[in-house]
Amino acid sequence: MDSLYSAINVISVWVVPGLILLSLIYAHFRGVKVFDTFVEGAKEGFEMSVRLIPFLVGMMVAIGLFRGSGAMELISNLIEPVLGFCGIPADILPLAFMRPVSGSSALAITTEIMNIHGPDSLIGRMAATMQGSTDTTLYVLTVYFGAVGIKKVRYALAVGLIADLAGILAAVLICNLVFAPKI
Amino acid sequence: MVNLLWAGIIVIAIVIAGINGKVNTITPIIFSSAENAVNISLSMISIMAFWLGIMKIIEKSGFIHLVIFFLKPLAYWLFPGIPRNHRAMNSMLMNMSANLLGMGNAATPFGIKAMEQMQQLNPDRDTATDNMCTFLAINTSSLTLIPTTVIAIRAATGAQNPTDIVGTTIIASLCSITVAILADRLFRYYFGKKNQRLSFNNKKISSKR
Repeated sequence: MDSLYSAINVISVWVVPGLILLSLIYAHFRGVKVFDTFVEGAKEGFEMSVRLIPFLVGMMVAIGLFRGSGAMELISNLIEPVLGFCGIPADILPLAFMRPVSGSSALAITTEIMNIHGPDSLIGRMAATMQGSTDTTLYVLTVYFGAVGIKKVRYALAVGLIADLAGILAAVLICNLVFAPKI
Repeated sequence: MVNLLWAGIIVIAIVIAGINGKVNTITPIIFSSAENAVNISLSMISIMAFWLGIMKIIEKSGFIHLVIFFLKPLAYWLFPGIPRNHRAMNSMLMNMSANLLGMGNAATPFGIKAMEQMQQLNPDRDTATDNMCTFLAINTSSLTLIPTTVIAIRAATGAQNPTDIVGTTIIASLCSITVAILADRLFRYYFGKKNQRLSFNNKKISSKR
């Protein structure tokens, strides 16, 4: 099993530099002006971060209040015995509920979790994995079916939500295996 | 839905703060949380700018066609009933490859185009076809190789190694997409349209149209 975890770590370390290396070499030989193109894309990245500010402000304030008022503690204490048994931290619940509904809001909750617990904490990494491995099911369904005027979506919503649940549980399980402090 | 959740969270928080006698903490929390949100967004700019720059290079170089080459067999298996050289198949391949590379903005137009082209094969314009449901199942379970925004947030909040969640994210994504495909196949098997139903035994579609 240890070799599996180290394989996961090797993927983590290599995927970003590897992709940069491959794409630069490939692009160069395909005659792309790499730096000009880079700058063009970087502008979009700048705009995207700025566009995110209102979502982050709205959601981080809401979750901050929820935590500060003691509401989070109340709910945590209620469900802790059940969740703790499965290794699910209660603080991750708002993210699990928001993830299929709104992408930007879920991102804001992820940010808040990292801000409070630290990005390198178990729950911080769990939130990051969850955020990355699931998608905004309701938004995707609305956009794609809406675009072609489909009204009866049949089992698509059920499948999307089942996949989200699987992603969430998988994130909890894998992070517990890979990142949990060794006793 | 978001509106209700957001309002609900705040209303519950303020009411409980009132009960706990913590109302005086509400205003300071609002200020500090809002300030944190802006600070984090601003420090995200660095990585977002860099990574979307690289993404643009990948997009322009046609790297995506390399990915499509490897995805083709999977797509043919996933979408029986759509002819292999049909335009819808091509759009779906573009969409899935763009998603895989993390080019969400580029993926959506291809996805919508794929839906339109599948709609042309659809006898009942109001109701989703089996293939549409499969396509959406794939799209809702996110198959991104590199979760850019998450990495940016980790960097902005001071992670030692912001990318160390990439491996776990890929594994969790694989789990969710596997479950999505299995669930879709099960639903298709039991509730699939008669004229589009696929049989597990010979992997053929019984009588199209």
